[in-house]
Amino acid sequence: MKMIAMDESNISFFKEGLRLDGRRADEFRPLKIEVGVLARADGSCYVEMGGNKVIAAVYGPREVHPRHLQEVNRAIVRCRYNMASFSVEERKRPGPDRRSHELSKVSREALEPVIFTSYFPRSVIDVFVEVLQADAGTRTAGINAASVALADAGIPMKSMISACAAGKVADTIVLDPMKEEDNFGQADMPIAMTPTGEITLLQMDGHLTTDEFHQAMAMARKGCRDIYEIQRNSLIERYNQLGAELPVVQEAEVV
Amino acid sequence: MTNVISELKKDYLYNLFLKGERADGRTFDQYRDFSVERNLISKAEGSALVKLGSSQVLVGVKMQPGEPFPDTPNKGVIITNAELVPLASPAFEPGPPNETGIELARLVDRGVRESKAIDLEALCITPGKQVWIIFIDVHILDDCGNILDASSIGAIAALLTTKVPASKFGLGEDYPLPVKDIPLATTAIEFGDVIMFDPDSDEESIANTKLTVITKADGSICGMQKSGTGVLKEEQIYRIVDIACEKAKEIREKFLEE
Repeated sequence: MKMIAMDESNISFFKEGLRLDGRRADEFRPLKIEVGVLARADGSCYVEMGGNKVIAAVYGPREVHPRHLQEVNRAIVRCRYNMASFSVEERKRPGPDRRSHELSKVSREALEPVIFTSYFPRSVIDVFVEVLQADAGTRTAGINAASVALADAGIPMKSMISACAAGKVADTIVLDPMKEEDNFGQADMPIAMTPTGEITLLQMDGHLTTDEFHQAMAMARKGCRDIYEIQRNSLIERYNQLGAELPVVQEAEVV
Repeated sequence: MTNVISELKKDYLYNLFLKGERADGRTFDQYRDFSVERNLISKAEGSALVKLGSSQVLVGVKMQPGEPFPDTPNKGVIITNAELVPLASPAFEPGPPNETGIELARLVDRGVRESKAIDLEALCITPGKQVWIIFIDVHILDDCGNILDASSIGAIAALLTTKVPASKFGLGEDYPLPVKDIPLATTAIEFGDVIMFDPDSDEESIANTKLTVITKADGSICGMQKSGTGVLKEEQIYRIVDIACEKAKEIREKFLEE
Protein backbone atom coordinates (compact mmCIF):
# COMPACT_ATOMS: atom_id res chain seq x y z
CA MET A 1 0.00 0.00 0.00
CA LYS A 2 1.37 3.40 -0.94
CA MET A 3 0.63 6.32 1.31
CA ILE A 4 1.51 9.94 1.33
CA ALA A 5 4.59 10.49 3.44
CA MET A 6 2.90 11.82 6.56
CA ASP A 7 2.85 10.78 10.15
CA GLU A 8 1.09 11.92 13.29
CA SER A 9 3.76 14.50 13.98
CA ASN A 10 3.45 16.67 10.88
CA ILE A 11 -0.26 16.59 10.17
CA SER A 12 -2.73 18.88 11.86
CA PHE A 13 -6.14 17.30 12.24
CA PHE A 14 -7.97 20.43 13.32
CA LYS A 15 -8.32 23.87 11.79
CA GLU A 16 -10.08 26.44 13.94
CA GLY A 17 -11.69 23.70 15.99
CA LEU A 18 -13.03 21.85 12.95
CA ARG A 19 -11.76 18.68 11.31
CA LEU A 20 -10.09 18.45 7.90
CA ASP A 21 -13.46 17.96 6.20
CA GLY A 22 -15.14 20.69 8.25
CA ARG A 23 -16.88 18.42 10.75
CA ARG A 24 -17.10 18.96 14.48
CA ALA A 25 -15.55 16.26 16.68
CA ASP A 26 -18.90 14.61 17.40
CA GLU A 27 -20.32 14.65 13.87
CA PHE A 28 -20.44 11.73 11.48
CA ARG A 29 -20.04 12.05 7.72
CA PRO A 30 -23.09 12.49 5.48
CA LEU A 31 -25.03 9.23 5.52
CA LYS A 32 -27.29 8.10 2.70
CA ILE A 33 -29.30 4.90 2.91
CA GLU A 34 -31.31 3.42 0.07
CA VAL A 35 -33.49 0.34 0.61
CA GLY A 36 -34.30 -2.40 -1.92
CA VAL A 37 -31.71 -1.62 -4.56
CA LEU A 38 -31.29 -5.16 -5.91
CA ALA A 39 -34.03 -7.08 -7.69
CA ARG A 40 -32.84 -10.66 -7.16
CA ALA A 41 -31.99 -10.44 -3.49
CA ASP A 42 -34.65 -10.99 -0.82
CA GLY A 43 -33.50 -7.82 0.84
CA SER A 44 -30.90 -5.23 -0.04
CA CYS A 45 -29.54 -1.87 0.93
CA TYR A 46 -27.05 0.65 -0.38
CA VAL A 47 -25.17 2.86 2.05
CA GLU A 48 -22.97 5.85 1.41
CA MET A 49 -21.11 7.16 4.40
CA GLY A 50 -18.63 9.82 3.47
CA GLY A 51 -16.52 8.23 0.73
CA ASN A 52 -17.68 4.71 1.57
CA LYS A 53 -20.00 3.05 -0.91
CA VAL A 54 -21.30 -0.26 0.35
CA ILE A 55 -24.04 -2.56 -0.82
CA ALA A 56 -25.57 -5.38 1.23
CA ALA A 57 -27.83 -8.21 0.13
CA VAL A 58 -29.73 -10.80 2.15
CA TYR A 59 -30.83 -14.18 0.83
CA GLY A 60 -33.03 -16.53 2.79
CA PRO A 61 -34.10 -18.13 4.96
CA ARG A 62 -33.17 -20.78 2.40
CA GLU A 63 -31.83 -24.32 2.24
CA VAL A 64 -28.32 -24.84 3.60
CA HIS A 65 -25.58 -25.96 1.26
CA PRO A 66 -23.47 -27.88 2.16
CA ARG A 67 -26.10 -29.77 4.16
CA HIS A 68 -23.86 -30.80 7.04
CA LEU A 69 -23.81 -27.18 8.16
CA GLN A 70 -27.50 -27.13 8.95
CA GLU A 71 -28.73 -26.90 12.54
CA VAL A 72 -31.85 -28.79 13.58
CA ASN A 73 -33.15 -26.13 15.95
CA ARG A 74 -32.27 -22.85 14.27
CA ALA A 75 -31.19 -21.09 11.13
CA ILE A 76 -27.49 -20.44 10.68
CA VAL A 77 -26.36 -16.97 9.71
CA ARG A 78 -23.52 -16.52 7.25
CA CYS A 79 -21.86 -13.25 6.41
CA ARG A 80 -19.36 -12.47 3.69
CA TYR A 81 -17.57 -9.14 3.70
CA ASN A 82 -15.82 -8.55 0.42
CA MET A 83 -13.91 -5.62 -1.01
CA ALA A 84 -13.97 -4.92 -4.73
CA SER A 85 -10.43 -4.84 -6.09
CA PHE A 86 -10.99 -1.28 -7.35
CA SER A 87 -12.36 -0.03 -4.03
CA VAL A 88 -9.02 1.09 -2.64
CA GLU A 89 -6.15 3.33 -3.79
CA GLU A 90 -3.87 0.46 -4.79
CA ARG A 91 -5.63 -2.49 -6.44
CA LYS A 92 -6.58 -5.16 -3.91
CA ARG A 93 -6.07 -8.75 -4.90
CA PRO A 94 -9.55 -10.19 -5.42
CA GLY A 95 -10.88 -12.76 -2.97
CA PRO A 96 -10.89 -13.01 0.79
CA ASP A 97 -7.78 -12.15 2.78
CA ARG A 98 -7.23 -12.45 6.51
CA ARG A 99 -8.71 -9.06 7.22
CA SER A 100 -11.95 -9.80 5.39
CA HIS A 101 -12.24 -13.17 7.15
CA GLU A 102 -12.10 -11.38 10.47
CA LEU A 103 -14.53 -8.67 9.38
CA SER A 104 -16.96 -11.28 8.07
CA LYS A 105 -16.86 -12.96 11.47
CA VAL A 106 -17.36 -9.83 13.57
CA SER A 107 -20.07 -8.53 11.23
CA ARG A 108 -21.97 -11.79 11.50
CA GLU A 109 -21.64 -11.69 15.26
CA ALA A 110 -22.84 -8.09 15.27
CA LEU A 111 -26.05 -9.04 13.45
CA GLU A 112 -26.88 -12.53 14.68
CA PRO A 113 -27.86 -11.54 18.26
CA VAL A 114 -31.00 -9.74 17.02
CA ILE A 115 -32.16 -12.35 14.49
CA PHE A 116 -34.82 -14.83 15.59
CA THR A 117 -32.90 -17.77 14.17
CA SER A 118 -35.06 -20.33 16.01
CA TYR A 119 -37.97 -19.51 13.67
CA PHE A 120 -36.20 -21.16 10.73
CA PRO A 121 -34.62 -24.49 11.67
CA ARG A 122 -32.39 -26.22 9.09
CA SER A 123 -32.07 -23.09 7.00
CA VAL A 124 -29.55 -20.35 6.35
CA ILE A 125 -29.72 -16.59 6.23
CA ASP A 126 -26.95 -15.32 3.98
CA VAL A 127 -25.69 -11.77 4.29
CA PHE A 128 -23.36 -10.45 1.60
CA VAL A 129 -21.58 -7.15 2.00
CA GLU A 130 -19.72 -5.72 -0.98
CA VAL A 131 -17.51 -2.72 -0.49
CA LEU A 132 -17.48 -0.78 -3.76
CA GLN A 133 -15.48 2.17 -2.51
CA ALA A 134 -13.58 2.27 0.75
CA ASP A 135 -12.85 5.36 2.82
CA ALA A 136 -12.33 4.27 6.45
CA GLY A 137 -15.20 2.71 8.35
CA THR A 138 -16.29 0.10 5.81
CA ARG A 139 -17.23 -2.50 8.42
CA THR A 140 -19.60 -0.13 10.20
CA ALA A 141 -21.08 1.04 6.90
CA GLY A 142 -21.45 -2.64 5.93
CA ILE A 143 -23.21 -3.53 9.18
CA ASN A 144 -25.57 -0.55 8.84
CA ALA A 145 -26.41 -1.67 5.31
CA ALA A 146 -26.78 -5.33 6.30
CA SER A 147 -29.13 -4.51 9.16
CA VAL A 148 -31.45 -2.57 6.84
CA ALA A 149 -31.20 -5.31 4.20
CA LEU A 150 -32.26 -7.91 6.80
CA ALA A 151 -35.30 -5.80 7.64
CA ASP A 152 -36.01 -5.36 3.93
CA ALA A 153 -35.86 -9.15 3.50
CA GLY A 154 -38.50 -9.48 6.20
CA ILE A 155 -36.27 -11.44 8.55
CA PRO A 156 -37.80 -11.34 12.06
CA MET A 157 -35.48 -9.36 14.30
CA LYS A 158 -35.59 -8.10 17.87
CA SER A 159 -34.30 -4.74 16.73
CA MET A 160 -32.09 -3.02 14.21
CA ILE A 161 -28.32 -2.80 14.55
CA SER A 162 -26.56 0.51 14.05
CA ALA A 163 -22.81 0.90 13.87
CA CYS A 164 -20.23 3.63 13.87
CA ALA A 165 -16.67 4.19 15.00
CA ALA A 166 -15.09 6.56 17.44
CA GLY A 167 -11.42 7.41 17.19
CA LYS A 168 -8.68 9.47 18.72
CA VAL A 169 -6.66 12.06 16.83
CA ALA A 170 -4.33 14.65 18.35
CA ASP A 171 -5.52 13.49 21.80
CA THR A 172 -9.13 14.35 20.92
CA ILE A 173 -11.94 11.82 20.69
CA VAL A 174 -13.76 12.08 17.36
CA LEU A 175 -16.76 10.35 15.84
CA ASP A 176 -16.56 8.40 12.57
CA PRO A 177 -12.89 8.89 11.66
CA MET A 178 -12.18 9.52 8.00
CA LYS A 179 -9.23 8.08 6.06
CA GLU A 180 -6.57 10.54 7.27
CA GLU A 181 -7.72 10.30 10.86
CA ASP A 182 -7.83 6.52 10.68
CA ASN A 183 -4.38 6.16 9.10
CA PHE A 184 -2.55 8.70 11.20
CA GLY A 185 -4.71 8.84 14.31
CA GLN A 186 -4.06 7.30 17.70
CA ALA A 187 -7.02 4.93 18.06
CA ASP A 188 -9.96 3.47 16.20
CA MET A 189 -12.94 1.84 17.90
CA PRO A 190 -15.82 0.51 15.80
CA ILE A 191 -19.01 -0.28 17.72
CA ALA A 192 -22.41 -1.70 16.80
CA MET A 193 -25.44 -1.70 19.05
CA THR A 194 -29.18 -2.03 19.28
CA PRO A 195 -31.27 1.15 19.75
CA THR A 196 -31.47 0.27 23.45
CA GLY A 197 -27.70 0.23 23.76
CA GLU A 198 -26.90 -3.47 23.80
CA ILE A 199 -23.49 -3.78 22.23
CA THR A 200 -23.01 -6.44 19.56
CA LEU A 201 -19.70 -5.33 18.07
CA LEU A 202 -16.76 -3.80 19.86
CA GLN A 203 -13.27 -3.61 18.49
CA MET A 204 -10.46 -1.28 19.34
CA ASP A 205 -6.93 -0.69 18.27
CA GLY A 206 -4.51 2.06 19.09
CA HIS A 207 -4.09 3.72 22.45
CA LEU A 208 -6.80 4.86 24.85
CA THR A 209 -6.79 5.57 28.57
CA THR A 210 -9.81 4.30 30.50
CA ASP A 211 -11.26 7.83 30.64
CA GLU A 212 -10.85 8.30 26.90
CA PHE A 213 -12.50 4.93 26.40
CA HIS A 214 -15.57 6.03 28.37
CA GLN A 215 -15.70 9.25 26.35
CA ALA A 216 -15.39 7.36 23.06
CA MET A 217 -18.16 5.00 24.14
CA ALA A 218 -20.51 7.87 24.92
CA MET A 219 -19.78 9.52 21.58
CA ALA A 220 -20.24 6.28 19.62
CA ARG A 221 -23.48 5.57 21.49
CA LYS A 222 -24.95 8.87 20.39
CA GLY A 223 -23.68 8.31 16.84
CA CYS A 224 -25.36 4.89 16.66
CA ARG A 225 -28.60 6.36 17.96
CA ASP A 226 -28.64 9.02 15.22
CA ILE A 227 -27.77 6.44 12.56
CA TYR A 228 -30.64 4.28 13.80
CA GLU A 229 -33.11 7.12 13.09
CA ILE A 230 -31.79 7.42 9.54
CA GLN A 231 -32.03 3.65 8.99
CA ARG A 232 -35.56 3.62 10.34
CA ASN A 233 -36.66 6.55 8.19
CA SER A 234 -35.20 4.98 5.06
CA LEU A 235 -37.28 1.85 5.67
CA ILE A 236 -40.44 3.82 6.38
CA GLU A 237 -39.94 5.89 3.26
CA ARG A 238 -39.38 2.81 1.11
CA TYR A 239 -42.48 1.00 2.34
CA ASN A 240 -44.72 4.07 2.20
CA GLN A 241 -43.69 4.44 -1.40
CA LEU A 242 -44.41 0.77 -2.11
CA GLY A 243 -47.82 1.13 -0.48
CA ALA A 244 -48.66 4.04 -2.76
CA GLU A 245 -47.62 2.08 -5.84
CA LEU A 246 -49.77 -0.95 -5.06
CA PRO A 247 -52.55 -1.45 -7.61
CA VAL A 248 -56.08 -1.09 -6.31
CA VAL A 249 -57.66 -4.52 -6.24
CA GLN A 250 -61.10 -4.61 -7.88
CA GLU A 251 -63.67 -6.64 -6.05
CA ALA A 252 -64.76 -9.59 -8.14
CA GLU A 253 -68.40 -9.58 -9.12
CA VAL A 254 -70.37 -12.46 -7.73
CA VAL A 255 -72.63 -13.90 -10.36
CA MET B 1 -16.97 -26.68 14.93
CA THR B 2 -17.87 -25.95 18.52
CA ASN B 3 -17.24 -28.16 21.50
CA VAL B 4 -20.02 -30.56 22.28
CA ILE B 5 -21.20 -30.27 25.85
CA SER B 6 -24.03 -32.25 27.39
CA GLU B 7 -27.19 -30.52 28.56
CA LEU B 8 -26.65 -32.02 32.02
CA LYS B 9 -23.22 -30.47 32.35
CA LYS B 10 -24.49 -27.18 31.01
CA ASP B 11 -27.21 -27.19 33.63
CA TYR B 12 -24.75 -28.11 36.37
CA LEU B 13 -22.39 -25.28 35.41
CA TYR B 14 -25.20 -22.79 35.15
CA ASN B 15 -26.49 -23.66 38.61
CA LEU B 16 -22.99 -23.24 39.98
CA PHE B 17 -22.70 -19.80 38.40
CA LEU B 18 -25.97 -18.75 40.01
CA LYS B 19 -24.40 -19.62 43.36
CA GLY B 20 -21.31 -17.61 42.42
CA GLU B 21 -19.15 -20.68 41.95
CA ARG B 22 -17.13 -22.31 39.19
CA ALA B 23 -16.54 -26.00 38.57
CA ASP B 24 -12.85 -25.81 39.42
CA GLY B 25 -13.42 -23.70 42.54
CA ARG B 26 -12.05 -20.45 41.17
CA THR B 27 -13.68 -17.05 41.76
CA PHE B 28 -15.12 -15.31 38.71
CA ASP B 29 -12.11 -13.08 38.16
CA GLN B 30 -9.45 -15.60 39.09
CA TYR B 31 -7.01 -16.85 36.48
CA ARG B 32 -5.82 -20.43 36.36
CA ASP B 33 -2.19 -20.95 37.37
CA PHE B 34 0.16 -20.37 34.52
CA SER B 35 3.76 -21.00 33.74
CA VAL B 36 6.09 -19.89 31.00
CA GLU B 37 9.03 -21.95 29.78
CA ARG B 38 11.41 -20.04 27.59
CA ASN B 39 13.76 -20.98 24.77
CA LEU B 40 12.61 -24.56 24.32
CA ILE B 41 13.20 -24.47 20.61
CA SER B 42 16.83 -23.88 19.87
CA LYS B 43 16.22 -23.56 16.13
CA ALA B 44 13.96 -20.57 16.74
CA GLU B 45 15.26 -17.09 17.55
CA GLY B 46 12.92 -17.00 20.52
CA SER B 47 10.26 -19.29 21.92
CA ALA B 48 7.96 -19.78 24.87
CA LEU B 49 5.66 -22.54 26.04
CA VAL B 50 2.76 -21.20 28.06
CA LYS B 51 0.62 -23.41 30.23
CA LEU B 52 -2.52 -21.69 31.41
CA GLY B 53 -4.33 -24.28 33.48
CA SER B 54 -4.30 -27.28 31.16
CA SER B 55 -4.17 -25.17 28.00
CA GLN B 56 -0.82 -25.27 26.27
CA VAL B 57 0.43 -22.90 23.65
CA LEU B 58 3.86 -22.86 22.05
CA VAL B 59 4.99 -19.65 20.39
CA GLY B 60 8.07 -19.53 18.20
CA VAL B 61 9.73 -16.44 16.77
CA LYS B 62 11.83 -16.60 13.62
CA MET B 63 13.61 -13.67 12.05
CA GLN B 64 15.14 -13.08 8.65
CA PRO B 65 16.10 -10.10 6.54
CA GLY B 66 13.63 -9.12 3.84
CA GLU B 67 12.04 -6.25 1.98
CA PRO B 68 10.14 -3.58 3.93
CA PHE B 69 6.61 -2.52 3.02
CA PRO B 70 6.72 0.42 0.58
CA ASP B 71 4.83 2.69 3.02
CA THR B 72 7.20 1.97 5.92
CA PRO B 73 10.64 1.76 4.24
CA ASN B 74 12.61 2.12 7.48
CA LYS B 75 10.62 -0.20 9.73
CA GLY B 76 10.86 -3.90 10.43
CA VAL B 77 7.90 -6.14 9.65
CA ILE B 78 5.82 -8.29 12.02
CA ILE B 79 3.97 -11.29 10.63
CA THR B 80 1.79 -13.28 13.02
CA ASN B 81 0.30 -16.67 12.31
CA ALA B 82 -1.67 -19.13 14.38
CA GLU B 83 -2.15 -22.82 13.80
CA LEU B 84 -5.05 -24.56 15.44
CA VAL B 85 -3.75 -28.03 14.77
CA PRO B 86 -6.15 -30.99 15.14
CA LEU B 87 -4.04 -32.49 17.91
CA ALA B 88 -5.14 -29.68 20.23
CA SER B 89 -8.89 -30.18 20.29
CA PRO B 90 -11.62 -32.42 18.86
CA ALA B 91 -13.10 -29.22 17.41
CA PHE B 92 -10.06 -28.35 15.29
CA GLU B 93 -9.78 -29.67 11.77
CA PRO B 94 -6.84 -29.85 9.43
CA GLY B 95 -6.69 -27.43 6.56
CA PRO B 96 -6.20 -23.71 6.07
CA PRO B 97 -6.86 -21.48 9.11
CA ASN B 98 -10.55 -20.81 9.73
CA GLU B 99 -12.10 -17.63 11.13
CA THR B 100 -11.25 -18.50 14.73
CA GLY B 101 -7.61 -19.10 13.88
CA ILE B 102 -7.34 -15.94 11.84
CA GLU B 103 -9.01 -13.86 14.54
CA LEU B 104 -6.66 -15.29 17.17
CA ALA B 105 -3.57 -14.49 15.11
CA ARG B 106 -4.79 -11.01 14.31
CA LEU B 107 -5.53 -10.26 17.96
CA VAL B 108 -2.08 -11.42 19.08
CA ASP B 109 -0.64 -9.31 16.27
CA ARG B 110 -2.74 -6.30 17.26
CA GLY B 111 -1.41 -6.44 20.83
CA VAL B 112 2.23 -6.50 19.76
CA ARG B 113 1.75 -3.92 17.02
CA GLU B 114 -0.56 -1.36 18.64
CA SER B 115 1.32 -1.31 21.94
CA LYS B 116 4.44 -0.47 19.92
CA ALA B 117 6.16 -3.13 22.02
CA ILE B 118 8.85 -3.68 19.42
CA ASP B 119 11.06 -0.86 18.25
CA LEU B 120 10.52 -1.49 14.54
CA GLU B 121 12.76 1.36 13.46
CA ALA B 122 15.68 -0.32 15.19
CA LEU B 123 15.06 -3.28 12.87
CA CYS B 124 15.91 -1.41 9.69
CA ILE B 125 19.04 -2.68 7.97
CA THR B 126 19.12 -0.60 4.74
CA PRO B 127 16.23 1.90 4.45
CA GLY B 128 13.85 0.93 1.65
CA LYS B 129 15.85 -2.21 0.85
CA GLN B 130 16.32 -4.52 3.75
CA VAL B 131 14.71 -4.78 7.17
CA TRP B 132 14.25 -7.54 9.73
CA ILE B 133 11.09 -9.56 9.39
CA ILE B 134 9.74 -11.07 12.59
CA PHE B 135 7.56 -14.14 12.23
CA ILE B 136 5.50 -14.87 15.32
CA ASP B 137 4.04 -18.36 15.00
CA VAL B 138 1.48 -19.46 17.55
CA HIS B 139 1.07 -23.20 17.81
CA ILE B 140 -1.85 -24.34 19.93
CA LEU B 141 -1.00 -27.69 21.53
CA ASP B 142 -3.87 -28.23 23.94
CA ASP B 143 -7.06 -26.17 23.93
CA CYS B 144 -8.57 -26.29 27.40
CA GLY B 145 -9.97 -22.82 27.06
CA ASN B 146 -8.78 -19.23 26.72
CA ILE B 147 -6.01 -19.98 24.25
CA LEU B 148 -6.04 -16.32 23.23
CA ASP B 149 -4.69 -15.03 26.55
CA ALA B 150 -2.20 -17.89 26.63
CA SER B 151 -1.07 -16.99 23.09
CA SER B 152 -0.70 -13.35 24.00
CA ILE B 153 1.46 -14.22 27.03
CA GLY B 154 3.41 -16.65 24.83
CA ALA B 155 4.00 -14.11 22.08
CA ILE B 156 5.47 -11.43 24.31
CA ALA B 157 7.44 -14.00 26.33
CA ALA B 158 8.93 -15.41 23.13
CA LEU B 159 9.74 -11.93 21.84
CA LEU B 160 11.48 -11.08 25.13
CA THR B 161 13.80 -14.06 24.63
CA THR B 162 14.42 -13.36 20.95
CA LYS B 163 17.94 -12.70 19.72
CA VAL B 164 18.27 -11.00 16.35
CA PRO B 165 20.30 -13.54 14.32
CA ALA B 166 22.56 -10.96 12.68
CA SER B 167 25.66 -13.15 12.50
CA LYS B 168 23.79 -15.87 10.61
CA PHE B 169 23.21 -13.40 7.77
CA GLY B 170 26.59 -11.67 7.96
CA LEU B 171 25.13 -8.53 9.50
CA GLY B 172 27.32 -8.26 12.59
CA GLU B 173 26.84 -9.59 16.07
CA ASP B 174 23.60 -11.08 17.41
CA TYR B 175 21.72 -8.76 19.76
CA PRO B 176 18.54 -9.01 21.83
CA LEU B 177 15.35 -7.85 20.16
CA PRO B 178 14.42 -4.36 21.41
CA VAL B 179 11.16 -4.86 23.35
CA LYS B 180 9.68 -1.77 25.01
CA ASP B 181 6.31 -2.84 26.40
CA ILE B 182 4.45 -5.89 27.59
CA PRO B 183 0.99 -6.00 25.99
CA LEU B 184 -1.34 -8.60 27.48
CA ALA B 185 -4.74 -9.83 26.39
CA THR B 186 -7.32 -10.48 29.09
CA THR B 187 -10.48 -12.30 28.15
CA ALA B 188 -13.82 -12.56 29.92
CA ILE B 189 -17.04 -14.30 28.99
CA GLU B 190 -20.54 -13.15 29.77
CA PHE B 191 -23.24 -15.63 30.65
CA GLY B 192 -26.59 -14.64 32.10
CA ASP B 193 -25.13 -11.41 33.49
CA VAL B 194 -22.25 -13.32 35.07
CA ILE B 195 -18.82 -12.06 34.01
CA MET B 196 -16.08 -14.63 34.21
CA PHE B 197 -12.40 -14.28 33.45
CA ASP B 198 -10.09 -16.89 31.93
CA PRO B 199 -12.85 -19.32 30.90
CA ASP B 200 -12.00 -22.99 30.51
CA SER B 201 -13.31 -24.84 27.46
CA ASP B 202 -16.62 -25.89 29.07
CA GLU B 203 -17.29 -22.34 30.20
CA GLU B 204 -16.38 -21.08 26.74
CA SER B 205 -18.83 -23.42 25.09
CA ILE B 206 -21.84 -22.33 27.14
CA ALA B 207 -21.18 -18.59 26.94
CA ASN B 208 -22.00 -16.85 23.73
CA THR B 209 -20.19 -13.58 24.32
CA LYS B 210 -16.53 -12.92 24.92
CA LEU B 211 -14.63 -9.69 25.37
CA THR B 212 -10.88 -9.42 25.06
CA VAL B 213 -9.10 -6.33 26.33
CA ILE B 214 -5.43 -5.81 25.49
CA THR B 215 -3.59 -3.52 27.88
CA LYS B 216 -0.13 -2.01 28.01
CA ALA B 217 2.21 -1.83 31.00
CA ASP B 218 1.00 1.73 31.80
CA GLY B 219 -2.59 0.49 32.16
CA SER B 220 -3.89 2.03 28.94
CA ILE B 221 -5.86 0.02 26.41
CA CYS B 222 -4.30 -0.84 23.05
CA GLY B 223 -6.84 -3.29 21.67
CA MET B 224 -10.27 -4.74 22.23
CA GLN B 225 -12.47 -7.29 20.58
CA LYS B 226 -15.90 -8.62 21.31
CA SER B 227 -16.63 -11.98 19.81
CA GLY B 228 -19.52 -14.40 19.90
CA THR B 229 -23.16 -14.06 19.06
CA GLY B 230 -24.42 -12.37 22.22
CA VAL B 231 -24.73 -8.79 23.35
CA LEU B 232 -22.96 -6.82 26.07
CA LYS B 233 -24.29 -3.92 28.09
CA GLU B 234 -22.18 -0.83 28.48
CA GLU B 235 -21.79 -1.34 32.26
CA GLN B 236 -20.64 -4.90 31.65
CA ILE B 237 -17.97 -3.66 29.27
CA TYR B 238 -16.73 -1.07 31.77
CA ARG B 239 -16.63 -3.74 34.45
CA ILE B 240 -14.63 -6.07 32.24
CA VAL B 241 -12.20 -3.32 31.24
CA ASP B 242 -11.58 -2.38 34.89
CA ILE B 243 -10.93 -5.93 36.03
CA ALA B 244 -8.93 -6.65 32.87
CA CYS B 245 -6.50 -3.83 33.66
CA GLU B 246 -5.98 -5.23 37.17
CA LYS B 247 -5.57 -8.81 36.00
CA ALA B 248 -3.10 -7.85 33.29
CA LYS B 249 -1.07 -6.03 35.92
CA GLU B 250 -1.01 -9.14 38.11
CA ILE B 251 0.03 -11.35 35.20
CA ARG B 252 2.70 -8.85 34.16
CA GLU B 253 4.14 -8.76 37.67
CA LYS B 254 4.19 -12.51 37.96
CA PHE B 255 5.68 -12.73 34.52
CA LEU B 256 8.50 -10.28 35.15
CA GLU B 257 9.38 -12.00 38.41
CA GLU B 258 10.35 -15.21 36.69
